Amino acid sequence: MFDERSPIYRQIAEQITNDIVRGTLQEDEQIMSTTQYAAFYRINPATAAKAFQQLVDDGILYKRRGIGMFVTPGARDHLLAGRRERFFAEVVEPMVHEARIIGIPLAEIIRRLETADGAPSSGASRAGGAS
Amino acid sequence: MTSGHPAPGIVPPTGRIEVRAVSQRFGDTLALDDVSFTIEPNRITGLLGRTGSGKTTLLSVMAAFRRPESGTVLIDGEPLWENPDLTSQIAFIREGGDTVDTSEKVSEAFRYAAWMRPNWNADYAARLADTFRLPTKQKINKLSRGQRSALGIVLGLAARTPITIFDETYLGLDAPSRYAFIDAVLADYMDEPRTFMLSTHLIEEMAALFESVLILDRGKVLAHRDTEDLLGEGVSITGPADRVDAFTTGMRVIGRRSLGRTASAMVLAALPSGQRREAEAAGLDLAPIALQDLFVHLTGGAPLVSPEPPSTEDRP
Repeated sequence: MFDERSPIYRQIAEQITNDIVRGTLQEDEQIMSTTQYAAFYRINPATAAKAFQQLVDDGILYKRRGIGMFVTPGARDHLLAGRRERFFAEVVEPMVHEARIIGIPLAEIIRRLETADGAPSSGASRAGGAS
Repeated sequence: MTSGHPAPGIVPPTGRIEVRAVSQRFGDTLALDDVSFTIEPNRITGLLGRTGSGKTTLLSVMAAFRRPESGTVLIDGEPLWENPDLTSQIAFIREGGDTVDTSEKVSEAFRYAAWMRPNWNADYAARLADTFRLPTKQKINKLSRGQRSALGIVLGLAARTPITIFDETYLGLDAPSRYAFIDAVLADYMDEPRTFMLSTHLIEEMAALFESVLILDRGKVLAHRDTEDLLGEGVSITGPADRVDAFTTGMRVIGRRSLGRTASAMVLAALPSGQRREAEAAGLDLAPIALQDLFVHLTGGAPLVSPEPPSTEDRP
């Protein structure tokens, strides 16, 4: 269930943020308790609590005393903004860098992206490599 | 020091174990060499160590099954030895699943436990026996190895003692029963938080259960850390050998392997994100290290197969 080599609390935090970004977890929705997480994933409850604490510190979750943890209003927008930034830094820029090394022109990448996205570049889908 | 759990309003915890300067010699062997540490109450701690590292001796001392040659064990500040008020609060289950008289039936062992343990929970014992398919009408000496393990687990958990110590009790269990054991410990721990100490060689399987780990090596405490903190510090760095070595200079390298010009070094270092990016920019791959691998390297590593022994001195 987890990549056992990485601290589990980070993976749990990641899963929760993924659920928020996808909309599976809505704002002000209660998330499962540390106990439920621990039993489900067979982990120490302190590990689950650590993940929750990190998300509380980051402003993604908030605590209601004696009730549980909830998704902070605005958490999704906040996460999306962060992920957009990360997307360019971690996906786009390395891709451009790699393309330059192996000699793929930018125009070809753009065509490919448009195809993948289903954009109207219909007939040109095989363009480029074919001879 | 404070308790690991920020649980306001909970009754003063029992189950804080202080091991102070404990040494034990067997003939020429120093099984425990001036061992000192404190186990905070209401935690699940994993005791890891290679065969012969002193785990069983240590646990026997912590359970007052053995008086150490020197040093003391305190429970909530009180000396444990010859203190029945305290020893009754500790359940210590060894590999075979501890029982006094093996010619008795399982149900009689339960009755004896009920008499001995003030918090014995008979309903819970029956449920656990069912989970582990333990035949309660069977005589103990007729049980299989796995059933003996299961008996030990039931005796240990249903005793509901503030301190529960399992010494490789689960070795005889098959995989489904080991999962059932992990589930049972967790459920019971969350139901009634208390101090658990478990020794194991099945590190990969049990790692997620441990809030902290204590690594014993040749009778000494090699590490006593929160599991997640320890995991957070282990990094394996793989790439061109010269760059790996340059990057890891001055770090605590606990293992190094090489394949042609590629090297992989395992270091214990809390790398700040700047340094991580620097490494990645230099073409190095950073990956976390599993607890079992950390353990193997911290306790001397796997038998060396590479012709060049890793040494920090002769690095470029």
